[in-house]
Formats: sequence, structure tokens, C-alpha cells
Amino acid sequence: MSIPERRILLKNADQPGYSNHIDSYLGVGGYEMLRKAVGMTPEAIREEVKTSGVRGRGGAGFPAGMKWGFLDFKSGKPIYLICNADESEPGTFKDRQLIHKDPHQLVEGMMIAAFAIRAKLAFIYIRGEMFDGAKILERAIEEARAKNLLGENILGSGYSCDLIVHRGAGAYICGEETGLIESIEGKRPYPRIKPPYFPAVLGLYQSPTIVNNVETLCNVPHILRMGGAEYAKIGTPGNTGTRIWSVSGQVQRPGYYEFPCGGLTLGQMIFDVCGGLGPGRKLKAVIPGGSSSKVLRAGERFSGKLKDGSAFDWGLEDIPLDFDGPASAGSMSGSGAIIVIDDTVDIVEALANLNAFYAHESCGQCTPCREGSLWMKKITTRMCHGEAREQDVDLLQSISLQISGRTICAHGEACAWPTESFTKKFRDEFIAKARNQNKHADTNAKVSYSLI
Amino acid sequence: MNLKPQTLEKIEKLIPRYPTKRSASLPICHLVQEDQGYISQEAMEWIAAKLGLEPINIYEIVTFYPMLREKPIGRRHIKVCRTLSCALNGSYEVKKLLEKALIGEGHGSSNADYTIEFVECIASCGTAPVVQVDEVLHEGIKPDRVCKFADQIRQETEQMKTSVSKL
Ligand SMILES: Cc1cc2nc3c(=O)[nH]c(=O)nc-3n(C[C@H](O)[C@H](O)[C@H](O)COP(=O)(O)O)c2cc1C
Ligand code: SF4
Ligand code: FES
Repeated sequence: MSIPERRILLKNADQPGYSNHIDSYLGVGGYEMLRKAVGMTPEAIREEVKTSGVRGRGGAGFPAGMKWGFLDFKSGKPIYLICNADESEPGTFKDRQLIHKDPHQLVEGMMIAAFAIRAKLAFIYIRGEMFDGAKILERAIEEARAKNLLGENILGSGYSCDLIVHRGAGAYICGEETGLIESIEGKRPYPRIKPPYFPAVLGLYQSPTIVNNVETLCNVPHILRMGGAEYAKIGTPGNTGTRIWSVSGQVQRPGYYEFPCGGLTLGQMIFDVCGGLGPGRKLKAVIPGGSSSKVLRAGERFSGKLKDGSAFDWGLEDIPLDFDGPASAGSMSGSGAIIVIDDTVDIVEALANLNAFYAHESCGQCTPCREGSLWMKKITTRMCHGEAREQDVDLLQSISLQISGRTICAHGEACAWPTESFTKKFRDEFIAKARNQNKHADTNAKVSYSLI
Repeated sequence: MNLKPQTLEKIEKLIPRYPTKRSASLPICHLVQEDQGYISQEAMEWIAAKLGLEPINIYEIVTFYPMLREKPIGRRHIKVCRTLSCALNGSYEVKKLLEKALIGEGHGSSNADYTIEFVECIASCGTAPVVQVDEVLHEGIKPDRVCKFADQIRQETEQMKTSVSKL
């Protein structure tokens, strides 16, 4: 491996002898930052987080310090902190590592964050399928409680905050923060419309609430340790800290890799870190930031101006892995999940597979998302089952363009972007599929499909 | 409702932890399902009464969440991830082979011992294809490993059955 990782969040994970029990964490200086935090003012901690520039690792990349700044401290209502551990964007498996391998780092990060925003109560919303993860966290919380690191009068500071592990039950939409909030309230997880329901103002129980991703909160102890300004030196301006990238699909060494933001390019990740593609295979496409991010086609060129005004002209391999790189290439870094697709894959099948996911996961409140996701699934599935038509590609494109911007939550965009980008960038393959099937229509040849 | 004493105890402990009783509805559904294997109509009414809610409030969540069910399933619940990274590594084939090995070709995907289902991405895409059996995640179950894997599940299941019949 030519480019070494820089492990900050995953420093202890996978180390021989390191376990997810509290003794291991205390042995490497764990909870020292919580001790430091309760001696600081909440404002000073929030300031450090703001200075660090750390951006949310859940998908949208919103600066955490700024989000905390939107909290309504004067409402007189209790404030809540929620850790989003729903991890259900296809391709993403980094939060699983952080929870399983170093749960106390998350607990410490959460208690510092809770203290900094004066939360009355904190939750970890963990996806229902992670049975072990929930048990590990429950145990970590009890271990921390026994050492007075959470619960009543934390470390004698006079500040009290409990932490509840709340399990989901298999619905992707619970990862959307307002759906998550409804879920904790015990209702169907129907996302709420923003405005007015910005969680920082009207969140859980209509009270000010901060929702942050697992990885975001795991950064908090490190920000305090280094100081916000020092932390901000890792990565590139506006893209600070490290990120844990989840790489899956058709590479030789799939896995989770932590690098400073902008520390390598997409090409280096795929070909150096992950060992490239299978023998004899060529790169066909990359989905760079979780399954909803727009697909990139091998051989495409991306050009334009970066935020700082400088011009860029990249091939797929040149895209820097930070927040802004994939966004400049017209996609996004989303949850940091890179799905690699090689030249053996039928691209229509790949899209049909994703469309089946989004049709299954739409909560059904908004007509464009509920119906649109289902139509896109039905059309792409039909195409794979031997009944592709040449005009399908335009029909799909047209449906996809009528969803985004017209729904309550960003699942509308999430379900539309794959179809929008696949049909635009692989138009030739959609048409070829139809033509090919037509040619063989009378031969009764068996249609082969394996992804749907 | 014949819930085990441990389940009842867990439920009683859980409710006061939340700012509102209603927040306990999803965790209680999980506990009831673990206890009974599914959530019956009677159970939904019982949970609702326990939390001062209407039965519809529980029914609407049981019918929404994929993990909650109103009917019993096979002794072992086998969930094969269907989503892209697993599919690219053969999960459709894996599901077919598992059905063939555990249930028999042409006999569907469920019997008294096994319920085999597709689920969506379970956040372990780097070790695709993955199969979750009850609460345990099994990684890297490529089509060529299914035969051995199915044998292992069958053995476990037979052991579970004999230990139950001894009770
Ligand atoms: C459909 C949908 C699914 C989402 N799923 C997740 C998820 O599984 N985990 C997560 O952290 N954020 C998810 N998000 C983003 C959250 O809404 C929210 O922005 C995030 O938890 C905020 O945390 P951060 O600022 O620390 O990233 C999802 C958003 C949408 C629209
Ligand atoms: S966009 Fe889709 S998932 Fe989001 S609220 Fe509307 S129907 Fe539900
Ligand atoms: S796609 Fe199967 S675990 Fe993510």
C-alpha cells in the first residue's frame, strides 16, 4: 500500500490487545477530554468545535459547530442530543467499526457534546439490525456510568445527562434526522417539513435538538485534545480532519480506510489502497458517496472552478477525496461510501438494484417520491427482464427530474439521483440493452440477470 | 398475554427512562417480538394499554418497520443482503442456493425451521455478500461457500431443537 492511512478515529480499533471495554479505552488516555471539558465553559467547547471546522459525516457535510450555534438556548425547553447511528445508506459501514471497536470514544464524544450544548438527555439511535452494536453500547454506557462518566453529577461537575440506546427496526428513512426524531417519539418515522421543523429549533418533543452522525461525534474528543485550530490543519481548507471511507463493490481489497480529507484521490484509493479491480477487469463506474450520490463514469472529464476560484480539469481518478472534490465533479462525498463497478456489470441491472432499494424505503408521504421511486424500479426491472424499450431511457430521465425539490425530505433527491445520473451518463447502454433484446426477441434467448 | 417475567421487568424499567411514555413503544415492540416471536393483535392492544395509547398507534408502527412482524416465522431467520455491493458479489445466487440447501428446490423460502429473506444493506458492504442469521452477521458468504455455510446452520438448528425437546 503506497499511501499510509492516518488513523485518528480508528487509532485503537484493530490494535492487538485492544478491546471495546472501558479499561482499554482508559489505558490510552480515554475520558481525559471529558474531564477537561467539564472544567471548561460550554461556550468555550462550542467555540473549539466551530474553529475546528469539522463537517458532518452523515451525508450533508454541514459544519457541526455552526449547527450547534443554531440551537435555541433561550426557549426554556430541555435540549436533546441524538447520535445518528442508523447507518443505512447502501455502501456505508464505517459507523459499525466505530461502534464495535471503540464504543467509548463515541460515548466520550457524546458526553462532551452534551455538556457543550447543555443537553438534558442524549440518545444513540442505532439501526435495528445491529444487535451486537446495541449490546456493546449498552455495556459501554453502564461501564461509563459506574465510573461517573455519565449519569448524575458527571465527574462532580454538577452536570447530569443520561444516554439511551434506542434501536430502529429496519427502516432506512429513520436515518433522515426528522424521521429519526419521529421514530424516537414512538410514531411512524415520517420526516417533518423544514421549515419550520429544523431540529435545532423544533426537534425531539418540539424542543431544540442536535442530531449528529457517529463519526462526527467521535471527532469531538480529538478536537478538544488538539485544539480546534490545530485540528483544522488536518485536511484541506473547508475540509478539515480525517474521513473514514467505506470502499465496496468490485475492488481487490474492500474495507474502511481513514485518511486526512483531500489526502488522496479517488484513483489512488481504488488502485493503490484497495488494490485495483479483479484480474482482467476494467473500471466502469464509481458511486462516490453512498448509493444516492450521482454515478461517475470511467473516462468522464470534470472541469470547472473550485471554491477558491482556481480552475480544475479532472478525470475520475483525479478527484480529490474530501467533501468538495466529488461535489465539484457533480456528485457528492455523502457518507463517504465508495462503490466500485467493473466492466462485467450490466449498468441497467445496477440501477435496477438501487431503484428497488429506494422504492422499498420511501416512507410514502410525498407522491413524487412514493410513486416516482416505484415507477423507476418497475421500469428498470422490466428492462432487465427482457422487455426493454428504446424510449425507456428518456422516460426514466423524465421521472427522475420530476422528484427532486418537490418532496418533504431529501429521500426525494436520494431516490432520483441514481436514475438521473445513470440514464444521463450511460444512455448508450440503456439503448443498447433495448436494441439487443429486440434483436434476440424471436430466439427466446434466456435473459441473464444477476443484480435484480 | 403471556410474557416472560424477564420481559415484563425490562418493559417496566424502560418506560420511565423516556420523557414520554409513547417513546417506549418501539423498544417494547422489540421486546415483545423477542419474547413471542411476533407481535399479535392481542400484543398490540396490550402495549397500547400499557402506554395509554390507542391500538392503532402500535399497529401503525408494527406495519411500518420491516423488522416487526404480525405473524410467526421459521425457527431461524436468515436475512440475505440484497443491495448493490452484496449483489455485485453474488447475493442473488447466495439466496437461491440457501433456499435450495435448507428448504429444497421449489418449496419456496420458508418452512417451520427456516425463513429466508432478502433485506436491504446491513452496513457491512466491505465484506459482501453478508447473511444475518437471527442476530449474528456472517461475512463473505460467496456462492461457493454456501454449501458449507448451510451445513453449519442446519447443525445449529438441529442442536437447538434437541435442546428444546430435552427441556
Ligand atoms: C434519506 C436519508 C437517509 C439518511 N441516513 C443517514 C444515516 O443513516 N446516518 C446518518 O448519520 N445520517 C443520515 N442522513 C443524514 C441526516 O439527516 C443528518 O443530516 C445527519 O445525521 C446529521 O449529522 P451530521 O451533521 O453529523 O452529518 C440521512 C439523510 C437522508 C435524507
Ligand atoms: S421524500 Fe419520500 S421519504 Fe421523504 S418524506 Fe417524502 S415520501 Fe417520505
Ligand atoms: S450492500 Fe450488503 S451490506 Fe451493504
